[in-house]
Amino acid sequence: MVTRRQFLMVGAGAAVLLTAAGMYQGIRERRVAAAGFAQGPLDERARQIVGALVPVMLAGALPAEPSRRVTVARVVDGVGEAVAGLGAAAQEELRQLFALLDLAPARVLLCGLWSPWPQAGEQDIARILERWRFSSLGLLRAAYAALHDLVLGAWYAREESWPAIGYPGPPEVA
Amino acid sequence: MIRDPVREGLAAGWRVIDASTLERAQDFEADVVIVGTGAGGGVSAEILAAAGLRVVLVEEGPLRSSSDFRMREAEAYPELYQESAARKTLDKAINILQGRCVGGSTTVNWTSSFRTPPATLAFWRARFGLADYTEEALAPWFRSMEERLGVHDWTVAPNANNGTLCRGGERLGIAVEGIRRNVRGCWNLGYCGLGCPTNAKQSMLVTTLPAALSRGAVLLTRLRAQRLLLRGDGVEALECVALGPDGIHPRDLRLRVHARHYVLAAGALGSPALLLRSAAPDPQGVVGARTFLHPVVISAAVMPERVAGFSGAPQSLYSDHFLERDPVDGPMGFKLEAPPLHPVLFATTLHGFGTNHTALMSEFPRTQVLLALLRDGFHPESAGGRVQLRDDGTPVLDYPLNRFFFDAARRALLAMAEIQFAAGAQRVTAVHERCPGWAGWRQARDGIAALPLEPHLLRVVSAHVMGGCAMGDDPRRSVVDGRGRHHGIGNLSVFDGSVFPTSLGANPQLSIYAMVARNVTLLARELGGTQEAPAAETAGG
Ligand SMILES: Cc1cc2nc3c(=O)[nH]c(=O)nc-3n(C[C@H](O)[C@H](O)[C@H](O)COP(=O)(O)OP(=O)(O)OC[C@H]3O[C@@H](n4cnc5c(N)ncnc54)[C@H](O)[C@@H]3O)c2cc1C
Ligand code: SF4
Repeated sequence: MVTRRQFLMVGAGAAVLLTAAGMYQGIRERRVAAAGFAQGPLDERARQIVGALVPVMLAGALPAEPSRRVTVARVVDGVGEAVAGLGAAAQEELRQLFALLDLAPARVLLCGLWSPWPQAGEQDIARILERWRFSSLGLLRAAYAALHDLVLGAWYAREESWPAIGYPGPPEVA
Repeated sequence: MIRDPVREGLAAGWRVIDASTLERAQDFEADVVIVGTGAGGGVSAEILAAAGLRVVLVEEGPLRSSSDFRMREAEAYPELYQESAARKTLDKAINILQGRCVGGSTTVNWTSSFRTPPATLAFWRARFGLADYTEEALAPWFRSMEERLGVHDWTVAPNANNGTLCRGGERLGIAVEGIRRNVRGCWNLGYCGLGCPTNAKQSMLVTTLPAALSRGAVLLTRLRAQRLLLRGDGVEALECVALGPDGIHPRDLRLRVHARHYVLAAGALGSPALLLRSAAPDPQGVVGARTFLHPVVISAAVMPERVAGFSGAPQSLYSDHFLERDPVDGPMGFKLEAPPLHPVLFATTLHGFGTNHTALMSEFPRTQVLLALLRDGFHPESAGGRVQLRDDGTPVLDYPLNRFFFDAARRALLAMAEIQFAAGAQRVTAVHERCPGWAGWRQARDGIAALPLEPHLLRVVSAHVMGGCAMGDDPRRSVVDGRGRHHGIGNLSVFDGSVFPTSLGANPQLSIYAMVARNVTLLARELGGTQEAPAAETAGG
């Protein structure tokens, strides 16, 4: 359990960090040109973070191993595609968010996560998501909402997710 | 085989240029250039072209048509919507749906067709000096656009998602009525939001725009209108920037369109943003202010029977019971409707994650959803939002959610849950991060009363962006006059949903069609148009 005092400390620390990382309006970073996305909109480290979130966000929905691993990778690809379809400003904000979460101090302070993302346990990830979801910082709540929409959107866009929710897919029109 | 009127038109020689493929800059000339091809731009183009005027249309989205519409969210959102249907307000507490393609939001809208409510018009006359916005004066324009776009009573049985609204309403003595739709030969598929694959929906894409293109109008796509070049009290040119193949990032290619008259129809957010980028004179800071959303809150029920909300015409029934209870400028009223359900839209809107979310999704076929559209803009505490420009010049809406809004949101969640339980719901979930879901009305009533209503916790969405270039008779409080003419710049008009000085309290498309038809017909005459527009003929001038 996070005590209220710890929570407040994290809140204040997070605000400082987020400001420092330039996520607040007013601190402008150089825009990344389209050409900057050499590896697609998600670089390898961002992929690792999303890859850690996917099994938790989609708990109960993903297939069991052995296909699970491949499915997670496909959902991560889907998140990348979804990011590439966002407006330029939203793409840049997400790039900053992933860059920030990749910094060890931010990971510890914002997420209370001591291990690198790929090693994080599912319970730790769930705890982080819960913390952001109900954070007193609107910025963290917004970050949660963005990741929520990206991951769930990427999964339910895929035909393989439809049988479990009883969605027959679009009708034939000819 | 379903005929695709757009591909046929292209084959017949329509002049359409995709600016993402242009090799070098090229300038264009016209009598009128129109920015945006949605509800306002489409109607403007048809009437101006029919009057014999040379028209150029500038659209930042791509040209897509029925052959491309495969009813898949993974394709439709990035192709047809602004920011992949994930446009957010500044604090990211509201998700905004707007179209970004040829046909604008009409290509993806849900076909509900309402005339402007009389109470709204009365408010505009009293508060904004819009003396000729009477039901009588507008009636012929409504009639002609209804005829043009096939608006009629929808007599097919409602799908179960809408039927639930009717059943619950009946049991509680809440009047529920039928929604008219702008369709011809509708297959009742329910995929209007992903682009109609049968061309039954009479969007701008298959009606007014083909008519204008067949008369020689030029359509430039993936071209963003960047700013108006002003000299004295007139516009000298429109500067545009070509977008790259992703349709998002601008290329290093600018071109200009010169015209006698300039029409902004880039929609709310789009039109005010263009004026802001152009540094058009605006001493009172009116441009972009008072942007309204009909902010929507959502209630999801699990019914004992199959609902299949993804199938059958969306939004075929509605209730104005909670709009009519209080005066228009009293506590915020709301309209109730039942939207289409698609997996991505529903899964992303639904709160929570992991096993809780998965459990709710597993009830998808039995899920029934009601929406409450809140009527913003009539009360002093409902001033709407303000359009700002980001560093790259793209618009973002600052729309703070205040207590006045949350009060109405709570009443709306209560009303919807009560209707759903009255219709036999097993469980009702208000779409809110703290909502556990309730198994009965009493529980829900207490639960909703206790929900902490705050930004991000309560899911708020909008598909009706309006205002930001308000019309009115007072230049200190409005951007354009009642005919859509800019107060300060002679050869500039705004013909789209951005001119509404408040929200409407009804889905906006038909109001835009009719009001624009009137205003653009007057403009066509002023510009010396030769032939009468078809809309004007049936409307009797
Ligand atoms: C999912 C959805 C469902 C809806 N359902 C209904 C419904 O059932 N009934 C109803 O009445 N209304 C509905 N609406 C709303 C209705 O469609 C809109 O209110 C209406 O289309 C707005 O018309 P407009 O001309 O103001 O703007 P739009 O139709 O949005 O058109 C604006 C166009 O301008 C383009 N543009 C913007 N900026 C620029 C720029 N700088 N340069 C070039 N082009 C630019 C955009 O790409 C867009 O194509 C719905 C909307 C959505 C998104
Ligand atoms: S319901 Fe009718 S209008 Fe909507 S997509 Fe299907 S055929 Fe087209």
